[in-house]
Amino acid sequence: MTLTLGHFLSLGAMLFALSVGGIFLNRKNLIVLLMAIELMLLAVNTNFVAFSHYLGDLHGQIFVFFILTVAAAESAIGLAILVLLFRNKSNINVDELDSLKG
Amino acid sequence: MSQTLSTSTLLAVPLAPLVGAIGAGILGTKFGGNMLGRRASHTLAILGVLVAFILSAVTLKSVVADGASFNETVYTWMVVGGLKMEVGFMVDGLTAMMMCVVTFVSLMVHIYTIGYMEEDEGYNRFFAYISLFTFSMLMLVMSNNMLQLFFGWEAVGLVSYLLIGFWFNKPSAIFANMKAFLVNRVGDFGFILGIGLLAAYTGTLNYSETFAQATSLSSIMLPGTNWMLISVICICLFIGAMGKSAQFPLHVWLPDSMEGPTPISALIHAATMVTAGIFMVARMSPLFELSETALNFVLIIGGITALFMGFLGIIQNDIKRVVAYSTLSQLGYMTVALGASAYSVAVFHLMTHAFFKALLFLAAGSVIMGVHHNQDIRWMGGLRKYMPITWITSLVGSLALIGTPFFSGFYSKDEIIMAVHNSTLPAAGFAYFAVMAGVFVTAFYSFRLYFLVFHGKERFDQNPDAHRGHGHGDHGAVHKPHESPWVVTVPLVMLAIPSVLIGYMTIGPMLFGEFFNSAIFVNPEIHKAMEFLREEFHGPVQLALHGFLSAPFWLALSGVALSYYMYMVNPALPAAIQRMFKPVHTLLENKYYMDWFNENVLAPAARGLGVVLWKGGDQAVIDGAVVNGSWRIVGWVSGAVRKVQTGYLYDYALTMVLGVFVFMTYFVWLK
Repeated sequence: MTLTLGHFLSLGAMLFALSVGGIFLNRKNLIVLLMAIELMLLAVNTNFVAFSHYLGDLHGQIFVFFILTVAAAESAIGLAILVLLFRNKSNINVDELDSLKG
Repeated sequence: MSQTLSTSTLLAVPLAPLVGAIGAGILGTKFGGNMLGRRASHTLAILGVLVAFILSAVTLKSVVADGASFNETVYTWMVVGGLKMEVGFMVDGLTAMMMCVVTFVSLMVHIYTIGYMEEDEGYNRFFAYISLFTFSMLMLVMSNNMLQLFFGWEAVGLVSYLLIGFWFNKPSAIFANMKAFLVNRVGDFGFILGIGLLAAYTGTLNYSETFAQATSLSSIMLPGTNWMLISVICICLFIGAMGKSAQFPLHVWLPDSMEGPTPISALIHAATMVTAGIFMVARMSPLFELSETALNFVLIIGGITALFMGFLGIIQNDIKRVVAYSTLSQLGYMTVALGASAYSVAVFHLMTHAFFKALLFLAAGSVIMGVHHNQDIRWMGGLRKYMPITWITSLVGSLALIGTPFFSGFYSKDEIIMAVHNSTLPAAGFAYFAVMAGVFVTAFYSFRLYFLVFHGKERFDQNPDAHRGHGHGDHGAVHKPHESPWVVTVPLVMLAIPSVLIGYMTIGPMLFGEFFNSAIFVNPEIHKAMEFLREEFHGPVQLALHGFLSAPFWLALSGVALSYYMYMVNPALPAAIQRMFKPVHTLLENKYYMDWFNENVLAPAARGLGVVLWKGGDQAVIDGAVVNGSWRIVGWVSGAVRKVQTGYLYDYALTMVLGVFVFMTYFVWLK
């Protein structure tokens, strides 16, 4: 059995679905939320790489580097915000972070 | 038509009194730190009016002698769309005559005021007002467009308001000036509607451009109705004239305006401002000629005013109010002449009336001063001995008023009666009856006043409420009346001269000559009254001699005789008649219940309408539905929408994901 494009895209779709589910179902920890977002980006990356290989076009893999960079910066900022949030609220429980409620 | 007048001369005519007004009104009062004293203020004001008078006389001379005319725009204020709003002058016979009458009477009143207002604190303010009035009135008569006419119209109304309430500590004066202002608003509303209709259909405010389109206007109907547009315009304009010229039923303000100082009663409420309506209709003669309906309306209103306001003069006891009702009645005569298409006769009567009525008012003021500010003619009598100049000039004025042959009032009033007699309009019959009966009534109340004031028993020491409210220093209990100072008597004499002569001198050129040819338009095919007058006119002397044989003279004579009998021979008779005709007397005493009607029916109705609009329109619709309603809807919608903002991250994420799915579904499958 050879690995076809479909296998990689299925993996990407599964990862993406997993992360979306993670965002919705997680009501407790904000860090899990950040991890789910990272996972979502990885799902996209997987798709990029798969298409890049399939089409023989290196642009897709270059794009992956950008996304990884951005993801790293983003999680750094996200964690920094998280620390500040915890200092102010002593709490990172998603269910209790509703100060934007209208 | 050949020679034109210079713009700068014409500009100087209205501006000179304005300078006087500003000088006396700002520099002479506390606004300008009282820089000008009394003497400087009145000198400045009088000089301004004197300059205006001299320049007006020069203008009149060049109009009469050289046939000069002027019709130019001096300044364009603004242009809105195609409508130009300008300041301009139109000088022809009508304007030149009005300018001279206005400035001459104004000059006399200015001089008279020095004596009359001597003891008043508002001396400089008074001079500022009358100079401002002269400016406004000149702007009104010299205008070449509707806008400036309206400006002058409102400005004279404003000054009239200020002067009626000149003694602003008197509640009755404040009431009177408010009344004058409100009644004039009714008239001005009609006037501005008329101007607006004209501007809408002709696209111009200029007189000559409007008149050039008059014929084409006459074939248009008012949209949505079967009313002739020209009739609607003319009646609207005439409603304006009814307000300003105090015609029934908008006359109610004029008798009350006597609360103001006497000089302005002479200047504004007898000689000039109240004749602005007459002047305006004469100026608009090319429009009024096209509408029979409007002319009939004018005739009826004029007839009612001429006769019924005269009746009211009979029972008044305030010297100024008698003269005021006589002014109303005479304005009715002018209006009747306008209705009969005898515009030049109306303007002729306007001129003669300006002189003799200003004279009568100033004489009344002189009498009031002479008897120490008593205005009730029941407590006068026998003043002939004490005030000879006032007596003679009053007699002259009264004789002119009742139309004694050879006096100025005879020529104008007789021509009015003949013009109405020859008018073919349906309403002319009523108007003819009204003016004929009016002659008798006029003679009766004029000489009632004259006999009660100047002849008979001296009653000035019997006044039960003498000196109430008038601090006059330390006069004794009873004081003899005294003749007024020369500043008062000189204007009386100066006005008495034209009151006698002006009719005799000017009837030929003004009524039957070329004088008004360019100013007043009469359609000779329909309105033949002026043609008849021209045929019957054989010079002023013949007219006067013929006057001795005509009905108006005998009516006037019987009026005088009756008043002589009732107030000189048998003074108990009036009281007996009064008792006998109690209901009639009560009706007249209450001025036909017009004031009662206005105060108890019209005013509450207007206030009721106001309350309905306030509560229903303003509070319910605008405030309630529009203003408060809009915030309520916004509040309700946002109240519903804010539920979406839960504040939970996963809800936002869900929304985003769902959004992505929706868009993807649309773009990938549905498109």
